[in-house]
Amino acid sequence: MMPVLSVLAYLLLAPLVGGLLDGLDRRVSARMQGRQGPPMLQPFYDIKKLFTKQMIAVNSVQMLLNLSYLVFLAVAGSMLFAGADILMCLFILSTADMFLVMAASSDSSPFSTLGAGREMIQMMAYEPLTLLMAVGFYLATGSFHVGDIIRQPHSAVLVMPGFLLGFIFITAIKLRKSPFDLSTSHHAHQEMVKGITTEMAGPTLAVMNVAEYYEMVLMLGIVALFFLNEHWWSWPIAIVACLVVYLLEILWDNAAARVKWRTLLDSCWVATLLTGGLNGLILMLVR
Amino acid sequence: MKKLAKSPWLLHYDASSCNGCDIEVLACTTPKYDIERFGIINTGDPFQADILLITGGVNSQCEQVVKQLYEQMPNPKVVVAVGICACTGGVFKDCYNIKGGIDTVIPVDVYVPGCAARPQAIIDGVVKALEILEEKRQGYREHAGKGES
Repeated sequence: MMPVLSVLAYLLLAPLVGGLLDGLDRRVSARMQGRQGPPMLQPFYDIKKLFTKQMIAVNSVQMLLNLSYLVFLAVAGSMLFAGADILMCLFILSTADMFLVMAASSDSSPFSTLGAGREMIQMMAYEPLTLLMAVGFYLATGSFHVGDIIRQPHSAVLVMPGFLLGFIFITAIKLRKSPFDLSTSHHAHQEMVKGITTEMAGPTLAVMNVAEYYEMVLMLGIVALFFLNEHWWSWPIAIVACLVVYLLEILWDNAAARVKWRTLLDSCWVATLLTGGLNGLILMLVR
Repeated sequence: MKKLAKSPWLLHYDASSCNGCDIEVLACTTPKYDIERFGIINTGDPFQADILLITGGVNSQCEQVVKQLYEQMPNPKVVVAVGICACTGGVFKDCYNIKGGIDTVIPVDVYVPGCAARPQAIIDGVVKALEILEEKRQGYREHAGKGES
C-alpha cells in the first residue's frame, strides 16, 4: 500500500514541488543579484500561459517526443518513490533524456541541433557517476533496492560521502545550472538562442518544463536516499539536506560562468574518479 | 491580471537603432528597474516570446528579418516600437535607406517615444502592451474555439 501511495504522491505533487522550488530558485537568484525577483508562483503563471499560446508545430513528432520525455521521467521517478531498483530507475532516466535529444534534433534549427549534441555530451559526462553511485549503494547496503537502502540502521552517506559530493556535482548538469548549462539555459541569452528548446513553442515547451520539475524532484529524491535510514528522524534530516543541496546549486549557478564542453567533460570525469571512484574503491577494500 | 499579463516574455530586436534605445532596454533588466518583478523575461527566442520589442527604423537590410521574427512568434502577440526611430523613422526618416517606422512592415500595437526612450517609458509601454495582449488572447481563444467546432 505504501509504495502505491508514494508513487501517487510523486506523480501528483512533483510538478507542484518542482514549480515551487523553481520559483524559490528565481527569487533567491534575483536576491543574489540585488534584484527583487518575480513572485514565488511565477513558474505556474508561465506554464499556464504557455498552454494558452498557439501551438507552432515545426513537425508532427516533436510534441510526441516531448511527451515521451515527460512520461519516461515520471516512470523513472515513480520507480524511485515506489522503492524499486535504483539501477532500473537510472537507466530509464537516461532513456528519457534520449527522447529529449531526439525531440531537439527533430527540427531544422541549427541551434537546436547543436543543443542536442551538447545534451549528449552532458549525458556522457554524468552517466559514469550515476552508475558508479548505484554500485556504491550496493556496496554500502548490500542491495540495489531503494526499499532496502532506506531501511538500513545507518544512513548511506556515512560510508559514501564521496558519492554524495560527486552527485551534487552532476546535479548541476541535470538541473541545467551554470557552469554546466550548455545545451539550454534557464537564463536569457544563451550563445545559441535557447539551445534544445529553440523551436519549442507554447504547449510543447510547457510539457518540457513540467518534465523538468519531475526530474528535479527525482534528483532531490536521490539526494534524500543518501540520508534516509530506518529511524524516523532521518526524514527531516533528508529534507533539510535536499534544500541545502538545492541552495548550493543556486549559489553555484550565480557564481560561475558557462564552460566549454571539453571542460565539462574533463572536470566531470575527474570529479567522478576522485569522488565516486575513490569512495567505491575504499568501500570495496573495507568490505 | 490574467494569464498572459502575468508572464510576458520579451523578444528584443535592434532594427537599425543607434544602440541608445537598446542600452535603455537592457537597463530595464538591471537591479534598478528589474522587469523580472513582473514576470517579464527577456528571451532571445521568437518561438517563446509574447512581446516583440523593436528599436530603430526599418531599412531594406532588416526588413525581411523583422517580418520573419514577427511570423515566428506564436499567437497571441504584440509589437512595441521603442524610441522615435522605431515609431516614425525619427531623424533618419528621409534617408535613402530607411523605409520609416516599424509599422511600415508589421503592425505595431504600442509606440514608446523618446530619444532614447527612458526605461520608465519602456516599462510603461510594455504594461500597456499587456492590456492589448489580454484582449488579443480572448479574441484568439474565440477564434480557436470556432476552429474546433
